[in-house]
Amino acid sequence: MGNPMMPGRAGRSNSAPVKAKNAKSTVRRLWDYLRQQRKGLILVFILTLLGTAFNLITPYLLGTIAFDRYILPGNYAGLAMLCIWLLILYVVASLTSWIQAYVMTAVSQQTVFQIRRDLFKHLHDLPLRFFDTHSSGDLMSRSTNDIENVTTTLNQSVVQIMTSALTLVGTLIIMVWLNIWLTLVTLITVPIMFWLTRIITKRTRRYFGAQQTELGGLNGYIEETISGQKVVKAYVQEARSLTEFKEINHRLLHASIRAQSWSGNMGPVMNLVNNISYALIALSGGWLFLQGMTSVGVIVSFLSYSKQFSRPINELANQFNLLQSAIAGAERVFEVLDERPESTEDEKTAVHQLPANVHGEVIFDHVQFSYKAGSPILRDVSLTAKPGQTIALVGPTGAGKTTIINLLTRFYEIDSGTITIDGEDIRLLDKENLRSRIGIVLQDAYLFSGTVRDNIRYGRLEATDQEIEEAAKLANAHSFIHKLPEGYDSPLSADGSNLSQGQRQLLTIARAILANPSVLILDEATSSVDTRTEMHIQTAMKQLMHGRTSFVIAHRLSTIREADQILVIQSGEVVERGTHDELLQAGGFYHDLYQSQFNRVV
Amino acid sequence: MIPLLKYLKPYRTAALLAPLLMLVEVLMDLMQPKLVASIVDQGIMTGDLGHIQRTGLLMIGLALIGMLGGIGCTIYASIASQHFGADIRADLFQHIQCFSFHNLDRFSSGSLITRLTNDVVQLQNLVLMALRMLVRSPLLSIGSLIMAFTISFKLAIILLIAMPILLVTLIFIMRKAFPIFGRVQAELDRVNTVTQENLAGIRVIKAFVRAIHENKRYDAVNQDYTNIAIKANRMVALIGPIMMLIMDICIVAVLWFGGGLTKTGALPVGDLIAFINYATQVLMSLMMVSMTLMSVSRATASAERINEVLHTEPDITAPAQTVTPDPQQVGRLEFRDVSFAYDGDSPAVLDQISFVATAGQTIAILGATGAGKSSLVHLIPRMYDVTNGAVLVDDVNVRQWDLDQLRSSIGIVLQQALLFSGSIRDNIRYGRPNASQEEVESAARAAQAHEFIEKLPEGYDTLLGQRGVNLSGGQKQRLSIARALLIQPPLLIMDDSTSAVDLRTEALIQKALEERLSASMRFIIAQRITSVLDADLILIMEDGQIIDRGDHAYLIKNSQAYQEIYRSQLGQEVESHG
Repeated sequence: MGNPMMPGRAGRSNSAPVKAKNAKSTVRRLWDYLRQQRKGLILVFILTLLGTAFNLITPYLLGTIAFDRYILPGNYAGLAMLCIWLLILYVVASLTSWIQAYVMTAVSQQTVFQIRRDLFKHLHDLPLRFFDTHSSGDLMSRSTNDIENVTTTLNQSVVQIMTSALTLVGTLIIMVWLNIWLTLVTLITVPIMFWLTRIITKRTRRYFGAQQTELGGLNGYIEETISGQKVVKAYVQEARSLTEFKEINHRLLHASIRAQSWSGNMGPVMNLVNNISYALIALSGGWLFLQGMTSVGVIVSFLSYSKQFSRPINELANQFNLLQSAIAGAERVFEVLDERPESTEDEKTAVHQLPANVHGEVIFDHVQFSYKAGSPILRDVSLTAKPGQTIALVGPTGAGKTTIINLLTRFYEIDSGTITIDGEDIRLLDKENLRSRIGIVLQDAYLFSGTVRDNIRYGRLEATDQEIEEAAKLANAHSFIHKLPEGYDSPLSADGSNLSQGQRQLLTIARAILANPSVLILDEATSSVDTRTEMHIQTAMKQLMHGRTSFVIAHRLSTIREADQILVIQSGEVVERGTHDELLQAGGFYHDLYQSQFNRVV
Repeated sequence: MIPLLKYLKPYRTAALLAPLLMLVEVLMDLMQPKLVASIVDQGIMTGDLGHIQRTGLLMIGLALIGMLGGIGCTIYASIASQHFGADIRADLFQHIQCFSFHNLDRFSSGSLITRLTNDVVQLQNLVLMALRMLVRSPLLSIGSLIMAFTISFKLAIILLIAMPILLVTLIFIMRKAFPIFGRVQAELDRVNTVTQENLAGIRVIKAFVRAIHENKRYDAVNQDYTNIAIKANRMVALIGPIMMLIMDICIVAVLWFGGGLTKTGALPVGDLIAFINYATQVLMSLMMVSMTLMSVSRATASAERINEVLHTEPDITAPAQTVTPDPQQVGRLEFRDVSFAYDGDSPAVLDQISFVATAGQTIAILGATGAGKSSLVHLIPRMYDVTNGAVLVDDVNVRQWDLDQLRSSIGIVLQQALLFSGSIRDNIRYGRPNASQEEVESAARAAQAHEFIEKLPEGYDTLLGQRGVNLSGGQKQRLSIARALLIQPPLLIMDDSTSAVDLRTEALIQKALEERLSASMRFIIAQRITSVLDADLILIMEDGQIIDRGDHAYLIKNSQAYQEIYRSQLGQEVESHG
């Protein structure tokens, strides 16, 4: 997968829980996905209602009923009955909560399955322009971390939030029904709790923000330095790296002690509020009892209820934070889904199809193009390639050679002018049809994980094994494939560790041969290939180019010399064109280039 | 995990105070149900309002003390754990700085990064949690059990029966769940691999119109992952309800037997209430313990990965006694029967290499990938050590050179143009941070980078990296050449470092090199034959050996390998002109 262009670029996201920009519409879209699992959701909801009801009723049974009716009066038979009922209730409650979790797991996983699938499908519909402006690290993190985030939240938070809210309301109702005065006492602690929570979360948020910034900085520094460790060593800058690192590490240390201390204090403080509430109920319960305004059983129930009351408040606050970061994650996923797909980029939908046997006459007529409006890359390019001709594109880096190639396959749409193949304007052609007539061999030989055979077959999925071998033979790849331990069934790793660069290139050529395109595009690779393989590649390429219109970004003199037409591209314009000899005689840029590089040897 | 605990040593005061303070919080918590019992039995039952008030206030007072303990514990636990993490991280980083190329090759940079970031954070969190929850839960659980025993020995037996059942069930489920989680991770990796491949190969996919094919492939792995994830999560979903059920049954048993005991008067009602509270606490804490233990096992893997790095000995170290010839000049370099293998048991990459180069020469190395070109030049600055033979710089074995001195006098441009985030200027003067702007510009000019740098909106101050601009491969190569030129190295090594630069620019760079470093020794590894034509000495390598050597004029006549390369790159002209 190539080296990251810049060390530290593919940084993981260490940002603090980000708030969603447009939470409402994101939630609505998430809901649209969830709704597809309607049956499951309804079941989960009913089960949650039931489960909460069980949880609400047990403290009442365990406290008020058990103590006031049976234990204090000494009604042993009644207690036995109650115990049996309690047992039944508990079994049912456990079953309920298990079935609920069982169903919810499927609901959330299926939902995320769908989101993931849509995202992946959409990525393929997006134009290349999109991938130029979004790093693959960023897209990776959206399709992994962010989606993972959504899964966890759906799996836990949805049910938790429902349960917490229901418990909160239910507990309050029962408490009021049991004893209004004790309820008021319990409620006293609520504002205290909110007040303390606010104090803490305010600081926690600030210090966590600081910690995340430092952590992000440190991780960035680590990624960059370790990726560039060989440069550090070559320039003897280890001491400097270490000093810089220690400084950042130290800053993180102080930020994180603060953040952890404050956030960790939420526990003891909540514990305090619980204990105070507990004490207050015992205290005032005792007093009320002596006034004859309550019973022991009610006090026991209240002690349980007060715990049930504060827990969901905490829980809701926690879940709310989780939910926020999940919504932010979902939003990042939806952002990609909202990108306009390639197929709707052009409005002209009168789609033509190229026949199977294209002659391969390619004409660029006054083509202009810019990646960004206002800074044209191609200014006015015209060219005619007759069927079977080889056109060599020569010129300095950044002159626009690759752009010309990209326009022909409609990876990008031209701003003005026309490009035709066999007289058909490519903008009127079905994009997939167009591309299936054009073969491309790129400089960085990209292969997929899978077997050698799979990779060659990529050129034509329905090809037989025999056709694959024939293509490999034509591409000079058969002999080395044959030597691999498992031949055509040898697995390839995506990072290509088990094949040389040259061998990978041969496989891509075989792939293109198998696809049997009418028009061919070659980005000639010269770097990192050894001479023997290079010769193999060259003969393979010649084999491939035979009888096909070929556009070659040429580096080798031999290719350039043999081309039917050489186009010298400079600053987005064709500055010279002609055959090798014509251009040498013209004494222009090509002549200079040739002089500077090749003349010494000729 | 255990060996890493030595990093806690400097902070042992904090690491000991944290659990002690937690003990305070736990003790205060443990008192609460007992005090409620006292309110019920001595206050309510006897109608003693004063007792109720005193006890209630005592409860509030104890709660406050408990909170102070809790806060203290958190603060000390944070101090201990964060220092612990920071120290490990610093040690790791320092250790990696001492790694040789060989060490670095063994770990990929990606894995080193994860170890320094994620793994350390994992351990740090574990220590933080251990100092708090892993103390709190067992303490609370044991404390509650003791309290339960003091209230009623008979009832406490119920807890003694329930506890092992709870633990065994939990362990059973986790044993079942863990392997499934391993598979979940594996399936997730497959999903991510397909995504990664598709992002990287998007051009190929579009060119071959294979979106549908890829979508099918993705659907398959996505479905597999979803299925296994559902299975795993369902397994875990069992834990909660089963645990609750065991606990609840236990409570019912307490109620049943306790009710009986109150009837005979053996157990006051208030005590029964307290007992139920303690019973709940015992079982709840037990569940917490097991949950935290789960994260311990996860952190163990991180600890192992960190230890692996810490236990890797840097295999190239500066010699104890160094010889330091004049670092301003390298007059002579000799490879004397050098053989080299990356690992003791792996095949030799270089085999009996011998040659001599002198100051002012350009030495070019040509050959197939894997022929040993890069390995050869990496031996000069001792990025690797030879297996046999010797590399001598100014007649002194490089092993005897002061390592930093040696490397400082060698400018090496690596195959892969690695730049750091920061300004372009900072990148160029990486090897000499105090270089002046003139020097930086002059190096950039020589590397043919000045022109494009000037065109950038902020010139030399343009930021690279995460928030900066993206340069093309050729531009990055030129910057890394400028970086090497700035230190005016007596010995320059260019390891295939102009591959992404067009022919014309490459020629200009070479010309500038000859002018600027005419007195230096220059090594050039190249693929294009045009890059090496002017070299004083061309070494042609094959399978770790130098098969032909000489200058262009000599080789074109006498070397079949050279002729082959020449032909393949420049066309069929050797015969007519050679």
